[in-house]
Amino acid sequence: MFTPHSDADVAVMLKSIGVENVGELFKEIPARFRYPDLNLPPALTEMEAADDLDSIAASNGTTHDMLSFLGAGAYDHYIPAAVDMILRRGEFYTAYTPYQPEISQGTLQAIFEYQSLISNLTGMDVTNASHYDGATAAAEAAILSWHHFKGKRKKVLLSRAVNPQYRQVIRTYLQATEGLRIEGDDQETGLDADLKRLIAQIDNNTALVVVQYPDFFGRIIDYKPLIEAAHAEGALVAVAVNPTALGLLTPPGDLGADIVVGEGQPLGIPLSYGGPYLGLFSVKEPLLRKLSGRLVGETTDVEGKLAYVLTLTAREQHIRREKASSNICSNQGLMTLASAVYLTLLGKQGFRQVANLCYQKAHYAAHVLASLPGFDQVFSETPFFHEFVLRPSQPLDEVLSHLREHDILGGYDLGQDYPELQGCLLMAVTEKMRKTDIDFTREVLMEVENA
Amino acid sequence: MPEPTIYELSSPGRKGVLFPASDVPEVALPDQFLRTELPLPEMAEVDTVRHFTRLSQMNYAIDLGFYPLGSCTMKYNPKINETTARLPGFAYTHPFQPIDTVQGNLYLMYTLQEWLKEISGFAGVTLMPAAGAQGELTGMLIIYKYHQDRGDFKRKRILIPDSAHGTNPASSAMIGMEIVPLPSDARGNVDLSALKELCDENLAGLMLTNPNTLGLFDEHVEEVIQMVHAAGGLVYGDGANLNALLGIVRPGDLGFDVMHFNLHKTFSTPHGGGGPGSGPVAVRQELLEYLPDPVVSMIDSGSEDCPPLYGFTHPSRSIGRVKAFYGHFGMLVRAYTYILMHGKDGLRDIAEKAVLNANYMMNRLKSTYTLPYDRSCMHEFVLEGYWKDLPDVHALDIAKRLMDYKFHPPTNYFPLIVHEALMIEPTETESRETLDAFCDALINIAREAREQPELLHDAPHNTPVRRCDELKAAKDLVLCCYPLEELQKPT
Repeated sequence: MFTPHSDADVAVMLKSIGVENVGELFKEIPARFRYPDLNLPPALTEMEAADDLDSIAASNGTTHDMLSFLGAGAYDHYIPAAVDMILRRGEFYTAYTPYQPEISQGTLQAIFEYQSLISNLTGMDVTNASHYDGATAAAEAAILSWHHFKGKRKKVLLSRAVNPQYRQVIRTYLQATEGLRIEGDDQETGLDADLKRLIAQIDNNTALVVVQYPDFFGRIIDYKPLIEAAHAEGALVAVAVNPTALGLLTPPGDLGADIVVGEGQPLGIPLSYGGPYLGLFSVKEPLLRKLSGRLVGETTDVEGKLAYVLTLTAREQHIRREKASSNICSNQGLMTLASAVYLTLLGKQGFRQVANLCYQKAHYAAHVLASLPGFDQVFSETPFFHEFVLRPSQPLDEVLSHLREHDILGGYDLGQDYPELQGCLLMAVTEKMRKTDIDFTREVLMEVENA
Repeated sequence: MPEPTIYELSSPGRKGVLFPASDVPEVALPDQFLRTELPLPEMAEVDTVRHFTRLSQMNYAIDLGFYPLGSCTMKYNPKINETTARLPGFAYTHPFQPIDTVQGNLYLMYTLQEWLKEISGFAGVTLMPAAGAQGELTGMLIIYKYHQDRGDFKRKRILIPDSAHGTNPASSAMIGMEIVPLPSDARGNVDLSALKELCDENLAGLMLTNPNTLGLFDEHVEEVIQMVHAAGGLVYGDGANLNALLGIVRPGDLGFDVMHFNLHKTFSTPHGGGGPGSGPVAVRQELLEYLPDPVVSMIDSGSEDCPPLYGFTHPSRSIGRVKAFYGHFGMLVRAYTYILMHGKDGLRDIAEKAVLNANYMMNRLKSTYTLPYDRSCMHEFVLEGYWKDLPDVHALDIAKRLMDYKFHPPTNYFPLIVHEALMIEPTETESRETLDAFCDALINIAREAREQPELLHDAPHNTPVRRCDELKAAKDLVLCCYPLEELQKPT
């Protein structure tokens, strides 16, 4: 309990207000509904609550006590200790939105540095103070494109190799937008790396094309032909990125992307069962004023001292109300701080090293697992980053449960989203995976084939 | 001295955190896709830690002092929440783990849903929305789809009181609704005659914040809801101000159809300098099948020897998925911890102390500042931050002067229906001494406004920076800094 009032305090305060008891302050509440008898467990002290939470947490299996090849949008990277030490500073995590710049320079400068790091990493001009996650950032990109063309371009094209959850969220957000069609991710357009059938659907009615880099299957696709085709028709292109891959790969800004979105979780944010994560959102300069969400800019104070403030707020809902293009109010403040500290701590060398380790280890894993009899690597002809698709000849359920018996989480079952990849496994490998772990997994999978 | 940016602190060749050498045979990188430059800073760990620590010291925060921000519910964030949310059993679980390996997570989410239902009086809850605004979008999509499914295609009008938060109209407009502002009456309630005129076959619904942003409980709330229902509309409750009602009254009992919670306000999860929030949404029975996909459910109730099994179900008429995975799980652990430590009586105590604190302050201040709606308030109240005979002094000056007294200012210039509004919400976690000190400061400032107005106009005086040039920021648009060597390159 966190109320500091003694009985004497309450008595003095009631007297000052001029009421006999606290109940008098609630007399406007309809009497028949007042003071419901809530069926909740009795209050626990901190010691008891800590114990309760300990036992709930302990009942989970974790990526620490199992060997996990799960990725598919959330990745198990090492987070240096200093990241959480900074996050735990009360001055950061118990602060409000920095609407009062005089007493919020810490948060504002940290966001400004986050914006800079992400702009430099993605090769884009402007990064906002973040959206909720990669999926909602992708949906906001689609909304941006709709408003950019004032509703005159009626088509948003999604690559089928974009994270299925991102595609679902885009459809949820835009289901009430009359006249808009969302296409391109059907089975017929398919998953070909040359994107020919997707490119063929780009026309002068297309507002936006969304692709993923690396794509949902970990593939590194050359998007230049698609971006050129889209620009030739006047359409925008949004690229959804895994930021870790950008430690090695050409930034999407250099490829010509108009918008970059992405899931920032790999940048120092724990898996934490799916959230809170971090929605990256960057644009090229011509789209700056169409960008939704908070933005921090540099200025000076009355004494000429360098300072940071929230800027271009006239775009936002608290000023424009129903005329704002997005309702977003918050940003993932503390998560932007985590990623800024993470990227600064690792720096140019450490971050490139993590990306390279992911690449090398994933390639080793793909090589040794796919060379087992009864296992094939799907899309093996296309370069990939740190995820790959493995197709066992045995039913996937049996393979996964055999792995589970050895405390291995084999990966993500692609059949749940892709009928054409029924029985296929999406496997992710990060810098945390050791060669001995991969070799052990190979031995366990060998037993499956022999069983 | 301003704190240099990380790019100014960077020095070529310096290393921070490094990783082990690769233990697998090296393969070639895909040449055609490789970047040539990686413009990240190069700093030693010690300098990174000092930089961000120094930045933290330029912030105001709840851990440093009183934060009377109206409608933001800046209550104390219990430290135990930070410990429980980081337990390895939670932090190291992947969202795609098989459900039998994450029964702890699912039990916690299921139980939190049950508690939120019980607290609010609704039939179902989704924990997925990432923030209050996303909860609003979720709720408005539910209302939209409900009317669509009934073939009521012309129901596009959403009524929103003029005192509402800006996200309300923005959330409705995002899905193509027609927004009609609803005026307030002289006592700060919804104007019933205006409402009556707008209740027809085009009405989709009403978004109502109750208590409203004036801190007032609508005296006709039941009548308002009945009028909307009678016209075929649904009523959305903005739960931003739920702190005043915990254990006092359940919005579901009052007749609301949909409502969002702000776990970062009512249930003590930290604001984090702007987020992450968490905005679960509750619905009444008839709307259960519209909840976002998936919903955490008890799949098997178990038996004496076998615990229940928790998992996911997929509502049949769902509006769809509103974000990746299942919500801001780390925030859910904190809110669970908080409710667990309060129970029924503890929750009611929160509301009672929050309302007691607000009324105490309102009574201390109303002879110095104009109180436009002089009724007993709920968890917050709104004053006018100006005096007719002092036209040069504005709410902004009062707000900035409060910083010199080491207080965070109240919300100002909102709600829009009060001239030069100062919106004050003390929350339940502040002591009488803190409230008195803040009231004393405001009373002093009122005297200064007459005797030494320059103290207000020039304020703040002793903050890390002073008043900032927001026009310059919007004109210059410096939104990014670059590595120095990049800037020094000939162009």
